Amino acid sequence: MITLVTGADVAFWMLAPVMLLAALGVVLARKPVHAALCLAVVMICLAVQYAALDAPFLFAVQIIVYTGAILMLFLFVVMLVGVDMSDSVVETIKGQRALAVVAGIAFAALLIVAIGNAVTAPPVGLEQANNDFGGNVQGLAGLIFHRYVFAFEFTSGLLITAALGAMVLAHRERLTARKTQRDLLAERMQRYAKDGIHPGPLPTPGVFARHNAVDTPALLPDGTPAETSVSATLAARGQVIAADDLTLPTQEKLRAITSNDPGESAPGLKKEDGQ
Amino acid sequence: MNPDNYLILSALLFTIGAVGFTLRRNAIVAFMCVELMLNAANLALVTFSKVHGRLDGQVFAFFVMVVAAAEVVVGLAIIISIFRTRRSASVDDANLLKY
Repeated sequence: MITLVTGADVAFWMLAPVMLLAALGVVLARKPVHAALCLAVVMICLAVQYAALDAPFLFAVQIIVYTGAILMLFLFVVMLVGVDMSDSVVETIKGQRALAVVAGIAFAALLIVAIGNAVTAPPVGLEQANNDFGGNVQGLAGLIFHRYVFAFEFTSGLLITAALGAMVLAHRERLTARKTQRDLLAERMQRYAKDGIHPGPLPTPGVFARHNAVDTPALLPDGTPAETSVSATLAARGQVIAADDLTLPTQEKLRAITSNDPGESAPGLKKEDGQ
Repeated sequence: MNPDNYLILSALLFTIGAVGFTLRRNAIVAFMCVELMLNAANLALVTFSKVHGRLDGQVFAFFVMVVAAAEVVVGLAIIISIFRTRRSASVDDANLLKY
């Protein structure tokens, strides 16, 4: 009985459009993180295609090496270099973009026409080759450790060289001596002596009756918010809550209470702020 | 399954990678496009392995993966060191050897 649709067919026609869309996503995504995620989709789909092409060993290696190691490396570098760093849209060479797209389409047409002419014979299939050694992995091992053993040895040298090269390139020489605790202390005291910068720890964020998160500034004894009590990052983002907004409801409540009960004097507002 | 379909998919992926490499200025994304091209070549190798009924194509794909891993490690280290000195990952900014 001839099966009309095989599992490989289903895998191909379901995953090929996904792969093409994800590949376009790699090229068109504005942010490098999105491009990396699109690349992950392409690589996982490619692993499934390998499985459909009778290459179970490459299926596993594709997921482990590409999706596991290489893409993680990409994501780490994107993290180091800056996630929101986007591409410049200025063309350095005039008309380069249009020319590149035209050349790409021409190249794809050339390749596809060449393939249409090149492959005519039906596929032999890998059953024979896989069964010679008792399986796909065994067959690959037979080739790698026999016919390609020198190429295999050279790749080990390549990997060691690459690891060393990465270490040399990413290494940064320390030009100045590392500061000790004593140096840091002396610096801090010098800053206090010259500029009057407080040598102790910074004040903690404020604790109010209804809010005590890190974005609330603490109040100084005179009632003004202490600038150093909230993180400079939050201040730069404009995410610090104004101290007046926090004291206002308490003050209103107090006013309401004191107006109902005129005999008793209002307790100090600062006590409610609980610094 | 007709192997032509796999080869056409491989050709399209390779083309998208090549076009992306010429279009994108960000060094990391350009690098990803190189990976895309290597993957497309791997797909063609595995397909030809099936067409000819020999495992050599799969061995070559395996070697390509090893070389790609080594290349990514060194390439990303270069990108990091350029970013450290020039505060930019754009391939246009690394033009000191041009003049």
